[in-house]
Amino acid sequence: MTTQLDVEKLSKQIQQQFPDAVQDAQGDYILLKSDYLADVARYCHDTPALALHFLSSVTGVDYIDYFELVYHLVSFEHNHSIVLKTRAYGREDPHVPSLTGIWQGATLQEREVYDLMGIRFTGHPYLKRIFLWDTFQGHPHRKDFTGA
Amino acid sequence: MVKTNGDAKLTLKTEEVMVNIGPQHPSTHGVFRMRVTFDGEVVTELEPIFGYLHRGSEKLAEERTYTQVITLTDRLDYLASMSNNLAYVLAAEKLAGIQPPERAMYIRVIMAELMRIASHCMGLGFFINDLGALATPLMYMFREREKILDLFELVCGARITFSYMRIGGVSGDLPEEFMPALVKFINEMPGYIDEYEALLRENEILISRTKDIAILTAEKAINASVTGPMLRASGVPWDLRKSDPYEVYDRFDFDIPVGSTGDTYDRFLVRLEEMRESVLIVKQAMEQIPSGPFRALAPALIHPPVGEAYAHVEAPKGELGFYLVSDNSIAPYRCKIRAPSFINLTVLRDLIIGWKLADLVVIFGSFDINMGEVDR
Amino acid sequence: MDWFYELWPKLGEAFRGWLESALPDSIEGWVIYLVLGLLSMLVIVNLPIVGVMAMIYMERRLLGRFQNRLGPNRVGPFGILQPVADAIKIMTKEDIVPNGVDRIVFNIAPIVMLTPILLMFAVIPYGGDTFLTNLNVGILFIVAITAVDTIAIFMAGWSSNNKYALFGAMRAVAQLVSYEIPLLIAILGVVVITGTMNLNEIVAHQSSLPLILFQPLGFVIFFVAISAELNRSPFDLLEADSEIIAGFHTEYSGMKFGMFQLAEFAALMGYSAVIATLYLSGWEGPGLPGYLWLFVKVFFIFGIFVWTRATLPRLRIDQVMALAWKFLLPLSFLNVAITAVEVVVWENGLPEWLIPVNIVIGAGLVAIMHRGLNFQGQTRQVVPSGPERLAAINRPVGGGTE
Repeated sequence: MTTQLDVEKLSKQIQQQFPDAVQDAQGDYILLKSDYLADVARYCHDTPALALHFLSSVTGVDYIDYFELVYHLVSFEHNHSIVLKTRAYGREDPHVPSLTGIWQGATLQEREVYDLMGIRFTGHPYLKRIFLWDTFQGHPHRKDFTGA
Repeated sequence: MVKTNGDAKLTLKTEEVMVNIGPQHPSTHGVFRMRVTFDGEVVTELEPIFGYLHRGSEKLAEERTYTQVITLTDRLDYLASMSNNLAYVLAAEKLAGIQPPERAMYIRVIMAELMRIASHCMGLGFFINDLGALATPLMYMFREREKILDLFELVCGARITFSYMRIGGVSGDLPEEFMPALVKFINEMPGYIDEYEALLRENEILISRTKDIAILTAEKAINASVTGPMLRASGVPWDLRKSDPYEVYDRFDFDIPVGSTGDTYDRFLVRLEEMRESVLIVKQAMEQIPSGPFRALAPALIHPPVGEAYAHVEAPKGELGFYLVSDNSIAPYRCKIRAPSFINLTVLRDLIIGWKLADLVVIFGSFDINMGEVDR
Repeated sequence: MDWFYELWPKLGEAFRGWLESALPDSIEGWVIYLVLGLLSMLVIVNLPIVGVMAMIYMERRLLGRFQNRLGPNRVGPFGILQPVADAIKIMTKEDIVPNGVDRIVFNIAPIVMLTPILLMFAVIPYGGDTFLTNLNVGILFIVAITAVDTIAIFMAGWSSNNKYALFGAMRAVAQLVSYEIPLLIAILGVVVITGTMNLNEIVAHQSSLPLILFQPLGFVIFFVAISAELNRSPFDLLEADSEIIAGFHTEYSGMKFGMFQLAEFAALMGYSAVIATLYLSGWEGPGLPGYLWLFVKVFFIFGIFVWTRATLPRLRIDQVMALAWKFLLPLSFLNVAITAVEVVVWENGLPEWLIPVNIVIGAGLVAIMHRGLNFQGQTRQVVPSGPERLAAINRPVGGGTE
């Protein structure tokens, strides 16, 4: 059975490394400030006790006020998982750091989020539309999308 | 002849050719497109191009009630609709806090495992077809798939888009003819798998075309979020049925077949072995299945509390996950599908570059993708 | 009964007699021979065309059986009219010439493909005295004339202005030229034993025992090489449907495509007849007349071709080339050398006890050579890669929205 990592404990651990990275930690997820996302992700990936080598999925959710990015991380070695979240503000140019440097598995998924949700991933090596054609206007998974 | 600067080697001047493989190509398994650059027969660059079957399933789900979304999931991986149903209803049940009865869980496991056999039949059949064996193995595998579809037709009346599972159970109980038919099929199936093995496993051409071709190392597979038979062929014994058991999988005794090198041949063998294990699981489920209700008492129109839930199953193609966000309305606020076929394609370019045109279709065939799921 | 056994010579004889009596005396004798010659040619040209229809039907039905399905069974009893329906369909289809093709080459390629195949049937003996011409270099003529097909395939692939067709054409040149060599050297074994290239005499030489018994290794080499020449599975790389759509004839439609199909099946039929003639004592056989025996053998060999097609996956191009140059070529040289020694030692015909010896030698050589043949030697080629290359072949990488 894949166990949920203790959110409180992990967020304390992260706080020690990156003092104000954690914005909120409750339920089964840790909400990070987007500036620290890449660093914390790198920490989760490299720390042997965590060993979160597997990025299961990247999801974008549009909450009108902000976009929430949800990362499901799993460790095969310890069989535990954690959910990292971060927020991107603004509807014109929301952006978060890309995690492609840590997990190759993020490349296509981040392109998908960029295409359908319109969130820019800074540092992504090849960020372009994936399902829709290049000249498409708008991002259909946004809540205010009314059709092209 | 031109002289290359540096060493005095004489080389022929060659030009690279760019070819569009797909979206209308016999072996792209649907409408997948690859923009490939060839130097002679060797692939030097490849870019996958998606979206020819994009229907916006995730967006459509936001406009439908929780129960209506089940029909959308049928159309994701249309060769494994039952597994899609299962993944979605698990997520919805988690979100709404509904516990399905035991019998329903057993029925779902039987359906999911039969679906896995049918899906692997197609995956292997088309893989061998890509190798150029005309359609002979494919036709034999169609024969078994037909039998499974007949079983599905018995329980739900449909053969491709089942929509059999419901939030809190299944849409109807097993008809009384079902169990005898299932017993007959489960007794026959190992013989058929033996037949495939006898015909294919030691085939010299198949081995020479697949062994040591496109090796995917375990580290790379994990790093690139590869799941399913592809991951296990690389030697990682990660199967959600064992490592994160859902439904009643922890009550069954089965093995996880893993490959040793992670080449194309291992991906072929892992799928073959998984069919055997699925037969074992169905056999055990048949013996253990209790009587009782097939569906929990849940309203047709559920209003899950505000929150989110992620549920995943080991679908034939890999980890299929649904991430649902609820705002206490009758429709999901967000329905994200973690599609294994799509995410497995992350490694496509890295695996194919450097191999030949003939290998390209074979390596691509060994991914066993389904366009309905890739483009969603 | 004489009519049954010597149908074609007697028919010709009767027709000549009728012509002589029907035509006025003022017509000179050579005209009659000209008319007779043209008529025989007509029969010979139509033979492969009718034969191909039978073969297409047989192939589709047999494949159906191999693949656990029925095959065509709707048109006519048991579907035997299916080839007729196919022919009507293919002749009434629109003949599309795509933009950008080299029109002249594109249009003559099917003709260049079909003509040599039809010529091939001129020298095959269908019975003791049933043949169009008794050429003293018959087998050489067949191999030489069918080699022209390589050019036709390249013409078709090149002129189509289609990258898949070009891939097929390039593969064709590599593959067909390579397999010509073991093919010819395998034939040399037969020629050494019989001492002639005349197909009639080769058949006469086999009146007691078929040559396959003395040339088992040669037969295997010939069969493999001819499978590649006829681009049958597992060597059907020229038109590998899962890789390059239809290879060199991707852009052809209508009767031009039909001519490629016709040429392919006619070549299959012709070479099946050649195999029967060289190794299976041609038209000789008990009971039935020669022309029927030949066709029994042709369809038997064709059945083996269908069997391999239904069973085997396809090889890769480098494996195909390795098989020709590293396996078949040395084997064929060894075969000729062994045959030559045998013929020198036993000048007055090979003794029968050589048959098992030859089979053992052949099997042993194949086993030994097979060990040296390593298909897995091909490794991944290192190609320059990276984001720069990706960017170079693609449009500018998009950042930001739109």
